[in-house]
Amino acid sequence: MSTRRDFIKIAATGLGGLALGAGSVAWFRGTSRWAETAAKAAAGFQGRFTTYCEICFWNCAGWTYTDEEGRITRITGNAGDPHCHGRLCPRGTGGVGAYYDEDRLRTPLIRKEVNGKQKFVPAGWDEALDLVAERLKEISRKHGPESIALFNHGSPGDHFGHLLKAMGSNNITAPSFAQCRGPRDTGWYVTFGTGVGSPEPTDIRDTRCLVLIGSHIGENMHNGQVQEMADAIDRGATLITVDPRFSTAASKSRFWLPIKPSTDLALLMAWIHVLIYEELYNRDYVERYTYGFDLLKEHVWNMTPEWAYGITTLQPALIRETARQMANAAPSVIVHPGRHVTWYGDDTQRARAIAILNALLGSWGSRGGFYFAESVPVPNYPHPEYPTPAWSWQDLQREKYPLAGLAVSNVLVEASLKETEANRRIRAWMVAGTNLPLTIPLKETLEQAMQDVEFLLVVDTMPMEITGYADVVLPECTYLERYDSLRSSAHREPNIALRMPAAEPMYDSKPSWWMAKQLGDRLGLGSYFNYADYTDVLEWQLQQLGTSLEEMKKTGVKKFPRTSGPLYFQKGENYTFNTNTGKIELYATELAATGYDPMPVYTPHEEPPPGYYRLIYGRAPMHTFSRTANNPNLTDLMDQNDVWVNPRVARLWGLENGQYVYLKNPEGIVSSFPIRVRITERIRWDSVYMVHGFGHSWKKLSRAYGKGANDTELMSKVTIDPVMGGTGMRGNFVTFVTEEPVAKEAES
Amino acid sequence: MRYAMAIDTKKCVGCSDCVVACQTENNVPIGYCRDWVVESVAGTYPLVELEIRSERCNHCDNAPCVRCCPTGASHIVEGGVVMVTPNKCIGCGACIQSCPYDARYSHPDGYVDKCTFCYHRLVKGGRPACVEVCPTRCMYFGDLDQPQSEVSQILARRKWKVLAPEAGTRPQVYFLV
Ligand code: SF4
Repeated sequence: MSTRRDFIKIAATGLGGLALGAGSVAWFRGTSRWAETAAKAAAGFQGRFTTYCEICFWNCAGWTYTDEEGRITRITGNAGDPHCHGRLCPRGTGGVGAYYDEDRLRTPLIRKEVNGKQKFVPAGWDEALDLVAERLKEISRKHGPESIALFNHGSPGDHFGHLLKAMGSNNITAPSFAQCRGPRDTGWYVTFGTGVGSPEPTDIRDTRCLVLIGSHIGENMHNGQVQEMADAIDRGATLITVDPRFSTAASKSRFWLPIKPSTDLALLMAWIHVLIYEELYNRDYVERYTYGFDLLKEHVWNMTPEWAYGITTLQPALIRETARQMANAAPSVIVHPGRHVTWYGDDTQRARAIAILNALLGSWGSRGGFYFAESVPVPNYPHPEYPTPAWSWQDLQREKYPLAGLAVSNVLVEASLKETEANRRIRAWMVAGTNLPLTIPLKETLEQAMQDVEFLLVVDTMPMEITGYADVVLPECTYLERYDSLRSSAHREPNIALRMPAAEPMYDSKPSWWMAKQLGDRLGLGSYFNYADYTDVLEWQLQQLGTSLEEMKKTGVKKFPRTSGPLYFQKGENYTFNTNTGKIELYATELAATGYDPMPVYTPHEEPPPGYYRLIYGRAPMHTFSRTANNPNLTDLMDQNDVWVNPRVARLWGLENGQYVYLKNPEGIVSSFPIRVRITERIRWDSVYMVHGFGHSWKKLSRAYGKGANDTELMSKVTIDPVMGGTGMRGNFVTFVTEEPVAKEAES
Repeated sequence: MRYAMAIDTKKCVGCSDCVVACQTENNVPIGYCRDWVVESVAGTYPLVELEIRSERCNHCDNAPCVRCCPTGASHIVEGGVVMVTPNKCIGCGACIQSCPYDARYSHPDGYVDKCTFCYHRLVKGGRPACVEVCPTRCMYFGDLDQPQSEVSQILARRKWKVLAPEAGTRPQVYFLV
């Protein structure tokens, strides 16, 4: 296949060649490797510098320490930060590895044709920025600024988002919606009139009963939640975990419900049935705050535990007992909404069922249930108004997914295909901080879109798979080397946190705010970037908030008094919810109006064909998606994923612990790399499990390349959530290939 | 004074933060560690049990590694902390062989290294880095000779075990079960 954009596999020049020897080298000793860094760093830094972590979205505040020579030595949590209470998770502690990773992007790279072959050529900043500005200008002039889209994750998105809006486009998307938590927030929205938000306002600290549905807190290391769950265990709270895998959380639970995968909704409906028909629900709360109880009662009359037993394989007595446990603890009970919930395509409806359960138990707005989070609005640094885009993502998805509150990444990907209507087509991508090929499971569409767009800019700290598709790559410095937007988080106490550099950017990397400003200036948008340094912006914002850069450098975090009222409903308080009826909608009028089931209905999902097993994926506490897979400190803890196989299945296939196998799906896709077998009783016999984020195919990731299997590439079947466009990824099956597969056709 | 550590296996999620925190605190080379996490699984699906333990040198009261050290590099300091003096260590490895917990390793710089309970922090009134970082607060540390210390208190209140008691080493890292 001849393509306009060849996937550039290796760009040796400029990307360094300092391989780390066999893991036996200390990374911050005074070896010559770091001499350059040390010299740079020594030029003015020493001590302790406030930051907030960028290794995951939890954004814990902490302190970066440097030694006498200005080298970064370690990062610790900020004791005053409600996200972490002074304790970072292993990834945050290992964040130093993101800084010292010798595979980092070092200079801007430009795709050029050299002797008939496309390759990345290192470039100076001026050349690269001029080129990016020129291409964006040209595309904007020909097709309108709306034809430029931003795919982002984390802090760089703030700066490039501002740039894009200044240009006149609002086509900004993050996979965290349609590939992760979108269904949950949509389900919550149509029930409570608000999303769940992040960090989740779960009052785990004070709960008497925590119910987890496939959510493996402790393995997904969302710091504050893990800490509160440990506190809850200490206090003797009842944990109920629903998971086909004996997760870490399951091992700490009083009740583990080893559910047959894909049947969670049946269990949830049966729980609702028990609460209603055994009259265990919170009558006062339901009468005062909810709408549609009678309709719901009628809807679930035959969804008994006995009915659910046939679907979920869970004993009716266990279903009843756990429902009673929840009711006993109510309203100090949390049926956790989860986070990554794009599973089976009916995920908004499953989130709805969870929302309904919480409403029946009266946990929303109750101590030990969910608290009302509050944040401080950070004022925007003065700039002219953004131009109004002629069209935006809303227009692309209004008809298809009317209830999706945020841009659906896959919709923007589809709108980038050549066959898209010319006046609604995306022609250029800016991709900042997200590795799309290991994130969006629609491989073919994604690849085609990346060929069809006229320009693709990637901004990242690491050479990820997505870099291979770029026309220009801009190397961002890590979070330890830059200022960034203030973190303003919704929490029990509103608070802000400051990130500042602890060292000069290594190599020729730069902060995103600087890149965005440089591009803005080149695009004639200087008035949107009316400052010399980002500290000007921060100083101005902090002054407005009654503090200063100087104070924030000392404290790192600042808390503000609440102004929105108490954390929970007061006794007998009336409240108008932001829904059509002003009530918590057990019967969702918004869903009814848009033609969806107003109350959740269980539908069976496809089962694995004989000889295949459902592919379940999850998280490990030492890694964040695919982005940490090359971090020297974190690969030291875990350098590959394993495929978990039940011993019965292993016997059937003659598999041994530690053996490497390839995985193959029914569509014939074989994993690019073999994965190690872990035989364990912790997984059901109808499923296999692996941690997401491994199996990198990008050679420049010297530690991550070829380690483990990439679950995303095995997801040939994606079930789209009709309500909000989420990509359900758990309907995929795999089998084992024990022989070396025939070499696949080399990629272009 | 008798320093000891108690680790709550009911709270530990095995995240390995203790391992990274130790590596960055004590400049442990990548590829080596002074503490590590062990998972043991028992039973058959769905009647499964899982115990997760963060393990390290047990700073034994009756330490075989100290007894067998030919140069005196392995020694016991105040509070019962077992230490190694790198420049007295000849790297013979006798202590590595004698330790029933496999708590020691050969440092690439030619000496034997292991957990020190972060002695450099203790002398300044601090606690070990792993204890300070643990997100689940599952580690308790302090002086067993003081009945009011958090470690004495938790050991009085909870059921606990030590590893390989049959080795007679009298380990001072306790696991709450
Ligand atoms: S939870 Fe861990 S990775 Fe995420 S922000 Fe906090 S310390 Fe960083």
